[in-house]
Amino acid sequence: MNATKVNATKARDAVVAGAQGLALALMALIGSITLFVLAVVSISLIPIGVGVFTTPAVLSLVRVHVNQRRLLAAQWSSVRIPAPYRPFPRDMRTGMTGRVERCTLMLKDPATWRDLRWLLVDMTAGAVLAILAPSLVLDGIFGLVLLTGLWQPIVDAQGTYWYAFVPVGSWATAGAAALLGVVWLAVAMNVNHILVRTHFKLAGALLHPTREVELEQRIDRLTETRHDALDTSAAELRRIERDLHDGAQARLVAMGMNLGTIEALIEKDPAQAKELVLKARASSAEALTELRDLVRGIHPPVLAERGLGDAVKALALRLPVKTEVDVELPGRADAPVESAAYFAVSEALTNAVKYSGAERIWVDMSYSDGSLRIAVTDNGGGGAAIAAGSGLRGLERRLGTFDGVLAVSSPAGGPTMVTMEIPCELY
Amino acid sequence: MRVVLAEDLFLLRDGLVRMLEAYDFEILAAVESGPELTKAFAELEPDVAVVDVRLPPSHTDEGLQCALAARRARPGLPVLVLSQHVEQLYARELLADGSGGVGYLLKDRVLDAEQFIDAVRRVAAGGTAMDPQVISQLLSRRAAQDKPMGRLTPRELEVMELMAQGRSNAAIATQLVVTERAVAKHTSNIFGKLGLPVSDDDNRRVLAVLAYLDRG
Repeated sequence: MNATKVNATKARDAVVAGAQGLALALMALIGSITLFVLAVVSISLIPIGVGVFTTPAVLSLVRVHVNQRRLLAAQWSSVRIPAPYRPFPRDMRTGMTGRVERCTLMLKDPATWRDLRWLLVDMTAGAVLAILAPSLVLDGIFGLVLLTGLWQPIVDAQGTYWYAFVPVGSWATAGAAALLGVVWLAVAMNVNHILVRTHFKLAGALLHPTREVELEQRIDRLTETRHDALDTSAAELRRIERDLHDGAQARLVAMGMNLGTIEALIEKDPAQAKELVLKARASSAEALTELRDLVRGIHPPVLAERGLGDAVKALALRLPVKTEVDVELPGRADAPVESAAYFAVSEALTNAVKYSGAERIWVDMSYSDGSLRIAVTDNGGGGAAIAAGSGLRGLERRLGTFDGVLAVSSPAGGPTMVTMEIPCELY
Repeated sequence: MRVVLAEDLFLLRDGLVRMLEAYDFEILAAVESGPELTKAFAELEPDVAVVDVRLPPSHTDEGLQCALAARRARPGLPVLVLSQHVEQLYARELLADGSGGVGYLLKDRVLDAEQFIDAVRRVAAGGTAMDPQVISQLLSRRAAQDKPMGRLTPRELEVMELMAQGRSNAAIATQLVVTERAVAKHTSNIFGKLGLPVSDDDNRRVLAVLAYLDRG
């Protein structure tokens, strides 16, 4: 029973892998060859000028083609091939100079040349690997079909038919061909997915950036996130300074002045002095409230006392929208990570409350594969996006400092799901 | 009345000792750390404990945990918890055993000595003293989501707010400048509208209201 089930799954997988192989082979033979020819022609036309305009377009198409393969590699065989293209500067000039600049940048990018090299390998070795998978399945089936009597008209028409290395000319040899067909099918069941995987591995080996390029990209990313981190912390400090200056500090000054007046009045006019005492007390209470709010904005006390899980639970209890918090964390992260995660959740929750019109919010926090994962889901109207200047963009930048990532899924009509992932260790 | 006090800031501890002594409390122990507090709870028999949430050496919620542990060991042991900030999460944990004799106040409340001493006495007597901030948060949250609460009049909401803080009918009457009878009428209206069981016992009523507010 179980064995049958396993075989059925294997057979289905083999057929799926066969179809994938066929698709890959077509892509390699049509897409890769066309694009390679176009690229070579376009680049060789650069000296006479035309190439300057066509090359960026052709190379962009090549990138689309290669990225398509990267996507399929991840989807079909879980092979991850990084996309190591150098980003274009944000302030690209337009017009003639812009085009020339674009063309030069693309040609200078080593990834471009790796793409072209891969096109060559893809249309040959890649295509062969890919086509093997469907061939095994189809040829195997054809072997079986021969035994149904199809061999007779074929042999009548063109003499002995060679099925692989079996000369088919009689029922006996047709039987042998069918047997071989079964062998092909058995092989297909076991190696088809390996063939497709190998195809992608080959692509990965050729497209994978060198260590140098990887480091270069890492440095770019670090530089960017460091700038962001500095900007954010400078802005935070300015906000704290302003809050203290206009708030608690001013109130303490007022209190001191009141006390001075009280000292002068206490014997002359005790009634007014008493009134001022009340005022001073009110000022001190307000200063305390402001300081407390300020502290909450710097580092929430519950976070210090209880850690991320309870801090988010306490936060949820302050929201006007019913919020369920589900925490499965086996330990505590470093204080900076906890703080970043807390404020990220806080921002996501604020967004949900302010803009989504949701009636319920769910927060899930868990830890797996060395990453802290947080999902904030609401049943509101959707339509949230990581746009420039939005809270979500700020959130993304905040997480970036910790190599964290943010994803937002928010179709019109909802629901909205904001997911965050921060690589970290728990203690 | 005998008090155990735990507060790590010297100035505040000293001030509290003076204040409590001025109101005729007997200070059994005034400690500054979690382990000392645990020891005091084990060795002394206070009528009430006044405890800061955050205590050394860990500077986490050590005081709160000590207090909760002491209440598990001796159910109903009156504890008044003080903090620089109040959280519904902590209030819920303190109230969870439903046995009363619990207080949870912002440290700012010690500025008003009379009110603060009143809260300590209430807790020592098995009552409740919840910080107005906790209650107003609970109220606004519930009022937004809860239908029966929408049927309360503004005056009834006011009474409910004070009741949830743990005040007695007499205290509520004084604060709102009405008669005790009027307050009693408001409370029975509130209980009727919210479908809560009526009780003559002040403490039970407070706990019922708090449980209602913290539901869901």
